[in-house]
Amino acid sequence: MVEVTEMAINLGPILEFEKPINELEKQIEEIKVFSTEKKIDMTQQIEALEERLDTLRREIYKNLTIWQKIQIARHPKRPTCLDYIGMICTDFIEIHGDRLFRDDPALVGGLAYLDEIPVTILGQQKGKSTKDNIYRNFGQPHPEGYRKALRLMQQADKFNRPIVCLVDVVGAYPGLEAEERGQGEAVARNIREMANLSVPIIVVITGEGGSGGALATGVGNKVLILENAYYSVISPEGCASILWKDASKAADAAATLKISPDDLLQMEIIDEVIPEPLGGAHKNPTDTGVNLKDVILKHLRPLVNQTREENRAQRYQRFRAYGKFLEG
Amino acid sequence: MLKDLFKTRPKYVTVRPDQQLRRAEPAERKEIPDGLWVKCERCDQITYQKDLAKNLKVCPKCDFHFRINAKERLNLLVDAGEFQEMDANLKTINILNFPDYENKIKKSQKNTELTEGILSGRAKIGGISVILAVMDFGFITGSMGSVVGEKITRAIELAATEQLPLILISAGGGGARMQEGINSLMQMAKTSQALNLLSEKSCLYISILTDPTMGGVFASFASLGDIVIAEPDALIGFAGPRVIQQTIRQTLPPGFQTSQFQLEHGYVDMIVMRKDLKATLVQLLRFHGGGNRDGN
Repeated sequence: MVEVTEMAINLGPILEFEKPINELEKQIEEIKVFSTEKKIDMTQQIEALEERLDTLRREIYKNLTIWQKIQIARHPKRPTCLDYIGMICTDFIEIHGDRLFRDDPALVGGLAYLDEIPVTILGQQKGKSTKDNIYRNFGQPHPEGYRKALRLMQQADKFNRPIVCLVDVVGAYPGLEAEERGQGEAVARNIREMANLSVPIIVVITGEGGSGGALATGVGNKVLILENAYYSVISPEGCASILWKDASKAADAAATLKISPDDLLQMEIIDEVIPEPLGGAHKNPTDTGVNLKDVILKHLRPLVNQTREENRAQRYQRFRAYGKFLEG
Repeated sequence: MLKDLFKTRPKYVTVRPDQQLRRAEPAERKEIPDGLWVKCERCDQITYQKDLAKNLKVCPKCDFHFRINAKERLNLLVDAGEFQEMDANLKTINILNFPDYENKIKKSQKNTELTEGILSGRAKIGGISVILAVMDFGFITGSMGSVVGEKITRAIELAATEQLPLILISAGGGGARMQEGINSLMQMAKTSQALNLLSEKSCLYISILTDPTMGGVFASFASLGDIVIAEPDALIGFAGPRVIQQTIRQTLPPGFQTSQFQLEHGYVDMIVMRKDLKATLVQLLRFHGGGNRDGN
């Protein structure tokens, strides 16, 4: 019993569409307690209910709308960049600062091994608690964060070390100081300079792929996405308030924008969707980490054998091809 | 009494045009109406439409720069008859089946008499050959979708191939165009990475920021000029002022995200009055060998 309660707390808030699952779980628990206390054998009933629970979980989690997936992507217990680094890498050494202004805790990065391959790995870092989130600015970097990322990536290029970018950002930070310190220029420069790098770059959208803030570390040879993540030019809320003058229609906007992993795969923005455990990464971070590492390495290994010029040309061609129009 | 003389003396404050406050809601600034008279949004001066046009749509009283469209911009900068448009045959498609997108395109086409939000081509400025592209704010708020991104990229590629200087004039209030979704975001990468081709060939790229240059336009090619010029009174920035205000719940300081603000913070090289823009471009082009290494 105690174990279950703790698990419930660790998993954080229950999302609206998960409520039927949660109710059935509670019901099963109550019956188990009842049968233990009253010493009545209810194994059959429990088994039947657990089977129903299993079906219900599959029904709900296998048919999530993009808006529901976004709720999972934004779940407060979703693993963060440093969680993933801890799960998939060894010997991580964090590197700090942009050498221009300060160290931005909203974007972390450093050196690590992926199996035997030394890499530079970086990403936006969301907080684990309210206090942590304030410190990390909810994972929204300031310009110095993007500039730190660029410094790390150029360092990786110098030492011929592949780069892994984990992307999880709601969007570039709409703040006064971010504008004063040239957020636009920082994003633009990152994009241009990433294209110039000659080492393999693997980008994984692990949660929110929010517009320019995501693209600032998003110019990869391969771009992957977790199953319950999204990548969009504008937040669904922003789109809804422009389109229908109503931010509460974000669910409709999310569907309209075609930002689900499957849509992105179809549009060739993404190379592969990385599966998450049933219910999302936070339900089983360890398994998520295993999948993440497998798929990153699957895409990285062939690239390590490419020449520097091939790496650069491959990335250029990928982004050169984007855009759909008629000619003639 | 001598004292009284001082008492009655009116107080003056000298404010340079580029330091003056802009309107509270710049995004909603209206295009100049068809009437005979135009009222300046800053000083309220009423000017005869024809006089304003003669003055390059700059208020004769306070030097406030009204927006001008892509064609007016070409007339202002390009030698007479020296613009050959390229890629005019690129047409937008509604890839996401986005609601009302076709209508918006049609309306913009009617209002601007352009097929898309940018004109690109070969041009001569003061006799110097350049590749030039000009965005038009009137086309879905000057936003960048697939066609705009492709035209810019082709302009960059041509400048690199022919080793000609490149001039891109931004007017993108909308940034990356929402109606084409993630494809619009990718135009930021497509255009920005192409600029590396120019660096490899030592070609000059001048970026001119006009009102407004925001979002994904500012956060890609527009910020990456070897020389970045802003027109006075332009709104230039990444996040929109209203979004920032909602986020930080504070009133934004006067002059926030203006041309002057960007100059002070080091993100543009100079603010150039419209009347001086062509002469400044010619001067800059001459500094760089009149264009290419052979100095044509």
